Amino acid sequence: MASGNTLEVPRQDEPHHDGEPRRRDFLNIAAVAAAGVGGIAIVVPLINQMNPSADVLAQSTTDVDLSKIEAGQGIVTSFRKQPLFVRNLTPAEIAEADKVDIKTLRDPETLAQRTRGQKNWLITLGVCTHLGCIPQGITSGEDRGQFGGYFCPCHGSQYDTAARIRKGPAPKNLFVPEYKFTSPTTVTVG
Amino acid sequence: MSFPWAKQYEPKSGFTKWIDERLPLPRFVYGAVGAGYPVPRNLNYFWNFGVLAGAALAIQIVTGIVLAMHYAANGGVAFDSVEHIMRDVNGGWFLRYAHANGASMFFVVVYIHIFRGLFYGSYKAPREMIWLLGVVIFLLMMATAFMGYVLPWGQMSFWGAQVITGFFSAIPVVGDTIRIWLLGGYAPDDAALNRFFSLHYLLPFVIAAVIILHIWALHIPGSNNPTGVDVKGEQDTVPFHPYYTAKDGFGLGVFLFIFAALLFFAPNSLGHPDNYIPANALQTPAHIVPEWYFWPFYAILRAFTVDFIGIPAKLLGVLAMFGSILLLFFLPWLDSSPVRSANYRPLYRIFFWVLVADVLVLGWCGGSPATPLYVIISQISAAYYFAHFLIIIPIISRAERPTPLPNSITEAVLAKKGGTSPAHTALSGSAVPAE
Repeated sequence: MASGNTLEVPRQDEPHHDGEPRRRDFLNIAAVAAAGVGGIAIVVPLINQMNPSADVLAQSTTDVDLSKIEAGQGIVTSFRKQPLFVRNLTPAEIAEADKVDIKTLRDPETLAQRTRGQKNWLITLGVCTHLGCIPQGITSGEDRGQFGGYFCPCHGSQYDTAARIRKGPAPKNLFVPEYKFTSPTTVTVG
Repeated sequence: MSFPWAKQYEPKSGFTKWIDERLPLPRFVYGAVGAGYPVPRNLNYFWNFGVLAGAALAIQIVTGIVLAMHYAANGGVAFDSVEHIMRDVNGGWFLRYAHANGASMFFVVVYIHIFRGLFYGSYKAPREMIWLLGVVIFLLMMATAFMGYVLPWGQMSFWGAQVITGFFSAIPVVGDTIRIWLLGGYAPDDAALNRFFSLHYLLPFVIAAVIILHIWALHIPGSNNPTGVDVKGEQDTVPFHPYYTAKDGFGLGVFLFIFAALLFFAPNSLGHPDNYIPANALQTPAHIVPEWYFWPFYAILRAFTVDFIGIPAKLLGVLAMFGSILLLFFLPWLDSSPVRSANYRPLYRIFFWVLVADVLVLGWCGGSPATPLYVIISQISAAYYFAHFLIIIPIISRAERPTPLPNSITEAVLAKKGGTSPAHTALSGSAVPAE
């Protein structure tokens, strides 16, 4: 067995052992291995302390009242300390989103796949999938980009009316979180 | 380097003899930055910037420790605690502006220091290790400056933290895990601010340690000089003290003069006004830009807008941005020309200045909004940046015919003084080489 240690030269003051590993070599390996395991056991908690703490992990849900959002309007609310976009699409915006051949998209998804039964309610995180800025366009009067959805000012990513990435450096569509309608005018996100 | 003619330390008093036999620290200092360190006699003012960088680090550490006595790293009070420093702490406005503008001054002198090395071939054998350690210091500086800028918890602080930790989410498979680990959550919040404070305190001491290695590595071969010609004998050098301590002291005075002018008359000129707005997790500023000293790299990051050979644009941008710095680690082996100084490399000298212009253009693009025109200019400039190091330098270092080198530093100095041959105006980069 190739033991990889450097003490293979037989020494004159020890019994000849025909190049076989000695029991002392095993002791060396065992001692270094135990020290290695101990070292890793110390490093793991030092790294792990930086992972989200219990209070950050405590999951929460957010209820959104949809009754005051008219077609063509959108609101920003907060979900787990991140912005959440809730938009009531107009029929024209739905038609435009459905018109797109999804094979041409960077992250192919239909509007129906990105909504939960009611195609006019588009609920996404307002976090650009590039480097995390909040895209513009949810509030009226903001630049909605050339695809009529959202425009991220940080690096120029453009999203369409279904919040799908169409142009710029972002790799994915805006993330659709888990949510369900708890009444016709309320959704619970999370 | 301990040249044979270096003066030896001789303790005079009984006390210094007693010290020297037990802990020869004065001997060490004498040999490192005292009269016992011979330095080429022809160093120009571009050789001041190492000392200036050291001074800038010292200013940052001292003002930083003082500011940390009054700053509170918690999202709820961080912004207010900085205003408390500005309004209530004795001289707090001065210390805060000194620290903020000190970062800009630090980067100014380090950028000049880097381009000095590029022009005079200070990265070439036998000084590769000095260069490599210098690039490590540069990376540490950028990490430190980034985390420091987060601490005031203004709009640019928050969104800078969001974007820069977002770089790591571009890494395939493990990216999101790493980002959440860095932030301690899903978006920048108290956990992130708190750890950035701890690390912003730690890193300057790591920088100081690497600077010690940087200087140690420098003292093995000794300083390079504007001719790039090795020291041949005692006549080529003067002792560091008092000749260069005095010259560096003069340079330091000029540096502090400019620093004071910036600090007292235009303290906000290099900052971004949006960082006077408290962090708002629900609104990204329309024109988010990083600090000016990151602009060239930021321009490279956002030059990548389309996926290429299956790699997402986001990952490409991040790889290019980090690659643009990591590339510098390989520079000593990309440039195979045996001639160090660009004063004797007519072709390299042209491309050096094109690179300077290219980096300035990248900086200008990085500070501008991401409109299509700026993106196209960024793409061309970023492509040129990589071409300079990966294509142009390897080719011209083989193809170029250098002009004749002086036989020694002293010969170059005397030729310049006597005016018998065309002058080496090593002070300006556009030197006329000897015939």
